[in-house]
Amino acid sequence: MGFFEFAGEILPRLLDATVTTLELTAASILLGLVVGILLALGRVYGARPLRWLSSGYIQFFRGTPLLVQLLIVYYGLPPYLAMIGIRLSPLVAAIIGLGLNSAAYQAEYFRGAIQAVKSGQMMAARSMGMSRAKAIRYVILPQALRLVIPSWSNELIYSIKYSSLAYFITLPELTFVGKKVALHTARTFEAYLVVAFIYLVIVIIVSRLLTMLENGVRVPGLGAHSEHR
Amino acid sequence: MEGTNQQGADRVVLRVENVHKAYGDNEVLRGVSCELVRGETKVVIGPSGTGKSTLLRCINQLTIPDSGHVWLGDTEITSKDCDINAVRSQIGFVFQSFNLFTHMNALGNVRIGPMKVKRMDKASATRLAREELERVGLSDKADAYPAELSGGQQQRVSIARALAMDPVLILFDEPTSALDPELIGEVLAVMTSLAEDGMTMLVVSHEMGFARSVADEIIFMEEGHVLEQGPPAQLFTQAKHERTKQFLHKITELYGE
Amino acid sequence: MIRDGVPTTILLTLGLLGLGLLAGFPLAFAQVYGYRPLRWLCKGYEQIFRGIPALVLILIFHSGLARSFNILLPTFTSALIALGLRSSAYQSQIFRGAIQAVSSGQMLAARSMGMSKMQAIRYTILPQAFRLSIPPWTNEFSSVLKDTSLASAIGVMELMKKTTLLMPTIQFRMGARWILVLLIVAALIYLVLTYAGNWGLGFLENRLRIPGFEMKGQVER
Repeated sequence: MGFFEFAGEILPRLLDATVTTLELTAASILLGLVVGILLALGRVYGARPLRWLSSGYIQFFRGTPLLVQLLIVYYGLPPYLAMIGIRLSPLVAAIIGLGLNSAAYQAEYFRGAIQAVKSGQMMAARSMGMSRAKAIRYVILPQALRLVIPSWSNELIYSIKYSSLAYFITLPELTFVGKKVALHTARTFEAYLVVAFIYLVIVIIVSRLLTMLENGVRVPGLGAHSEHR
Repeated sequence: MEGTNQQGADRVVLRVENVHKAYGDNEVLRGVSCELVRGETKVVIGPSGTGKSTLLRCINQLTIPDSGHVWLGDTEITSKDCDINAVRSQIGFVFQSFNLFTHMNALGNVRIGPMKVKRMDKASATRLAREELERVGLSDKADAYPAELSGGQQQRVSIARALAMDPVLILFDEPTSALDPELIGEVLAVMTSLAEDGMTMLVVSHEMGFARSVADEIIFMEEGHVLEQGPPAQLFTQAKHERTKQFLHKITELYGE
Repeated sequence: MIRDGVPTTILLTLGLLGLGLLAGFPLAFAQVYGYRPLRWLCKGYEQIFRGIPALVLILIFHSGLARSFNILLPTFTSALIALGLRSSAYQSQIFRGAIQAVSSGQMLAARSMGMSKMQAIRYTILPQAFRLSIPPWTNEFSSVLKDTSLASAIGVMELMKKTTLLMPTIQFRMGARWILVLLIVAALIYLVLTYAGNWGLGFLENRLRIPGFEMKGQVER
C-alpha cells in the first residue's frame, strides 16, 4: 500500500479529531482574548493592587509549563470542585487551561499595543470631555486592536499547536487520536507524518487568513511604523 | 452646566486666580492670575519653560494645579465637586502636536466628540462635522486620514474638532510651533477668522505678527509669573519692564512680523 | 519528596538550547547570506518545525522511528533531537532578525575600508548581532524549559514525569486534595528555574551592554 493510500485510510478518524482540535483552539483563544484584554487594561489603567494581581497572574502563567497548568485544572482542582458539585469534562478543562494560559500572553501583547498608542491621543480625547472609559473605548482600543494583530496571529498559531497538550488529559484531539491510530498500525512513522501534515496545513491556512485580516483593517499611518508628518 | 450667556458682552468666561504648580523642586507656576471676557483673544508669550503650556493645562485640568482657583463662567473647575468631563466639553484644546485620532479620517475625528460626549445622533454630528471642516477650509479632505494630511491640514482639522463641540473658550498650546514655515500661515488665518467671529481664545504662541494684529491683550510671562500684560500697541511701544522690551525685541527679530 | 527529575530537566534544557544554537545559527546565516535555493530550503525547514506541535515531533522521533524503522532511541535522545530541531527553527529566526537588524550601513562602512565580506561579517555584524540576540534568546530559554515537560509523554524522567508518577501515591496516601499541592510545588520549581535562568542571562546581557544599543524585544512563548 502506498503512502497516500494509507493516509487516505486513516484520514477520516483523524479529521474527526481535528474538529475537536479546532473547537478547542477557538474556544480557548476567545477565552484568552477576553481575560487578556481585562488583564491588560488592569495593568495599564488599574490601581496598584489590580496591577499587582494582573502582573502576578501573568508571571505565573508564563513562567510555568502549560502542562502543569492543564494538570492542575484537570486533576488538581476537581476534588475541590466536586464539593460544589462541578464536574469538568476533558474538553472544558482543556479550554479553561489553554484559555487562561493564552490570556497571560495576550495580556502582554495588548499592553504593548495600548501603550504604543501615543499618549497625546488620550489627552486629546480627555480634553474634549470624554471620560476615561469612553476614551479607552473609542480612541485607544480601536487602535490597539489593530496594532496587536501581528502578535495575536502569532498567539493563534501557538494555540493551534499547544492544543496538542490536551493529549495529556485524554481529550480526543488530533494528537491523542493520532497516537492511537499510529500505534495500531505498524506504519507508525507514516501515520504521525499525516498528523503532522494536518497541523501544518491548518497553520498555513490560518496564517494566510490572518494576513488578509491585517490588510483588511489597515488604516494609512497606523501601524508598527506610523509617523506624524 | 452653564458657561456662556447671551447678554452682557462683558461676561467673564475664564478666571484664573493665583495658580501654583511645581514639579519637584521646580516651581513652574508661581501664582498666575488672568481673566478672559467673552469674545476676547489673549496671547501668552515668554521664554521657554516659563510655564505657559502648564498654565493652559491647569485650566482644563490635564495638569492639576497645586493651589489656586480656576473658574469657567460661574463654575469653579478646581473644586472637588466639579464634573470635569462636562467642563472639558465646553473648552476646546488645540495641541502643539495635533493629537488627531489616527484610526479615523478627518470627518471621524471631528464628529466623534459631538457623538460620544454630547450624544448627538450620527446624522446631525456628521452634518456638523462637515460644516466645521468647511469653516477651516478642508471640506475636500473629509475622508483623508491624518497620515495623509500635511501638518497644517492636521492642525486645522484639530481646530475643527475643537469647534465641533461648540466651546465657550478655546485654548491653543503653541499651535504652530511644530509646523513647517510655509504651513503656519493657513493655521493662523483660521485662528484669526475665529477671533474675528467673536470666539474667546487663550493662545500660547511665538507668532508676534498674529499677536499684534489679533490679540486684545498680550500676557508676558517669565519664570512662572505674569510680568506684564496689556494691549499689543502698549506692550510693543511702551512696555514697563526692561525684560519685556528685551524679549519682544529679540523675538520680533527672530520670527519677523 | 522525590523531585530529582530536576537535574534531568536542566540537562535537557541546556542540551536543547545547545543543539538549537548549533543548528540554528548556520541556518540563520544561510538565510541571510546564502543563495536563493538555500534560502528556500531554510525557510521551509523553519516553517515545518514551527508548524508542527512539539509533542507530535517527540512522538515521531520515538515511537515513530522505533516501530517503523526499528530504531529505538533512548527516550532522552529522542526528546533531545525532536525538541532540539524545533528550537533550532526558532533560534534561527532570532539570529536572522538580529543579523538583519544590525544596520546595513555598517556593512557598507566595513567594505569601504577594504574588508572582505567575510571579514565585515565577522568583525562588525556578528558581535553586534550577538548582543541583539540576547533578549529574545532569553525568551527561547524560557520556552525550551517549559517544553521539556512534554518529554514526559515518552517517559523521560524529568520533573514533570516524576510529578505525575507521584500523583497516584499522593492520592492514595494523603487524599486527592493534595494533588493540587503537589502540582503547585512542581509549578513553583519551574518558576524558580525560569527566574534563575533569566537572572543569569540578564547578568550576561549587562556585562556585554553597549550604551544606546537595543532591539525591541518580542513577547514569545
